[in-house]
Amino acid sequence: MILGDRVEIRFLRYIGDRILIVTSSVGRLTELFRQTIYWIGRGSLRTQDIVSQMMEIGIRSFPVIGLTALFTGMVLALQTGYAFSNFFGEPVYVGMAVGFSMVKELGPATGCMVLAGRVGAAIAAEIGTMKVTEQIDALYTLGTNPVKYLAVPRLLACLIMVPILTLFADIIGVLGGLLVSVYSFNIPATVYRDEILNFMRVDDVYQGLIKSLFFGVIIIMVCCYKGFTCEGGAQGVGRATTSAVVTSMVLILVSDYFLTAFLVCIGIGAAHF
Amino acid sequence: MIRIRNLHKSFGDNRVLRGVNLEIEDGETITIIGGSGCGKSVLLKHIVGLLKPQVGEVEVDGEEITRLGMEELAEVQKKFGMLFQGAALFDSLTVRENVAFGLRMLTDLDEGEIEKRVSEKLSLVGLKGIEDLMPAELSGGMKKRVGLARAIAMNPKYILYDEPSTGLDPIMADVINDLIIDLRKKLKITSIAVTHDMVTAYKISDRIAMLYEGRIEEIGVPQEIKKSENPVVRQFITGSSEGPIKMKLRE
Repeated sequence: MILGDRVEIRFLRYIGDRILIVTSSVGRLTELFRQTIYWIGRGSLRTQDIVSQMMEIGIRSFPVIGLTALFTGMVLALQTGYAFSNFFGEPVYVGMAVGFSMVKELGPATGCMVLAGRVGAAIAAEIGTMKVTEQIDALYTLGTNPVKYLAVPRLLACLIMVPILTLFADIIGVLGGLLVSVYSFNIPATVYRDEILNFMRVDDVYQGLIKSLFFGVIIIMVCCYKGFTCEGGAQGVGRATTSAVVTSMVLILVSDYFLTAFLVCIGIGAAHF
Repeated sequence: MIRIRNLHKSFGDNRVLRGVNLEIEDGETITIIGGSGCGKSVLLKHIVGLLKPQVGEVEVDGEEITRLGMEELAEVQKKFGMLFQGAALFDSLTVRENVAFGLRMLTDLDEGEIEKRVSEKLSLVGLKGIEDLMPAELSGGMKKRVGLARAIAMNPKYILYDEPSTGLDPIMADVINDLIIDLRKKLKITSIAVTHDMVTAYKISDRIAMLYEGRIEEIGVPQEIKKSENPVVRQFITGSSEGPIKMKLRE
C-alpha cells in the first residue's frame, strides 16, 4: 500500500524502521546469549583459553580499576564531608556515605563502566576484525564454532573475574575515602571504620556483587555481538567498537536501576534502619 | 558429488543469485568465472554452508544441507577445506598454530604427530621452516600458501578456492595454479575455484562455468569456453568493456 511521501508518513516510517532494527538486534543478541550458554552446558571447554582471558579481562584491569576506585572514593568523601559540614555543622556520616555508595553502587557501576571501555572495546575490535577478514568463516571451515571458541571463554572469564574486581574497587574506594576523611576533615579513622562496620551488612556487599555479574554479562555479550555482526572493513570495525562501548554503558546504567529495585524488593541490600 | 538446485539469494533488495543450477562431479576441478560482484563468492559460501539461500537446495554427497541444524552442518563442513581471498589466517597465532588448528580442535593427535603433519603440509605448498612466524610477517604469496596448507591439513574431500591468484604477482599466481593442479593429482580431491582471472581458469580447470546475472550462463570444458559464441562469455573472456555486460560506473 503506497501511503505517499508526505513528511508525516516518512517520519512514521523512520520510527517504524528504527523500532524494527532495535527489536531485531535484541532478538539476535538474546540468540547469541542462548548459544553461549548452550556451549557452556555442552562442556569440554578449553581451560587455556579461559585462563588467558582471565588474565586479559581481570588481571590487567586491576591497575585502572584501582585508580578509578581510589579517586571515586576520595571525591565522594570530599563532597560528603563538605555537604554534611554545611548541613549538620560537622562532617558526620562520611564513612557510612562512602562505604554504602561504593559497595552498593559505585564499585559495581563505575568499575564495569571502566571495564566496558577497556575490555569491551578490545573484544568488539578483535572479533570485528576477525569478521571482516573472514577469519570467522574460516573457523567454521575448520570445524570450530565461533561462539564456542570466542564468546564462551570471555564470558566465563568475566563471570569469575568481575566480582573479584568489584570487591577490589569497593575496598580501594573505601580506603580512598578514609584518606580524605582523616587528612582533610580530621575524622578519626576509628569513627570512619566503625560507621561502616556497624551499619553495613553482608547482603549490601552481595547486592553490589550480583549487579556486577549482570553488568559483566552485558559487556561481554553486547561486545561479542557487535563484533560478530560487524561489516564494512576498518570503518565498520571502528563503528562496531564505538557502538559496543556506548551500548554496554547505557545498558549498564539502565539495568542498574531495575536490578537494584528488584534486589531490594527481594530483600538483598534493602534498607534496614 | 555436489548438486545445486534453483538457488536464489538476496541481500536486502539486491538479488545476487537468481536460480543457479550446477552439478559438481567427484574428482573434478571446476572454476566459476564472472564479473566483480556477480555473486561468485556468495555461491561458493553456499556450497560450504556459510550462507543460506532464500530459495533452493544444496546437496553434498546426497545430503541436503541448507536446512541442517548447527551441529549436523558442522559435520558436513568437515568435508571441506577453504582458501579465502585474503587467506584469513588467525593473526594472533603462529603459522604452526594456524596450520595445526583443525587438527588440534577436532582430533586427539599428540603434539609429535601434529608437528609432523604441519611440516608435511607446509612442504606440499613449498614452504619450510616458517612455523614460528606470525601472519603479519608473511608476504601475500606466503599467506595464501599457509592458508592452503591449513585448508588441506585435515585431508578434506572438497577444497574451495576464493580468488586464489588475485592480488599476487604473475609468477606467484602461477605458483599457486601449479599447487592447485599438484594437490588435485596428489590428494585426488574435488576442487571448486572462483576467479575472474582467465589464465588461472584455463590452466587449472576440467570445466569452467560462467555466472552472469545470478545464473549459470554457460558451462563447458576450457576449449568449449574459448570457442564460445555466446556474446556475454565472449565479452568476458576477451576482456572488453564493449558488449552486453554493462559494468555500472559511479555517477
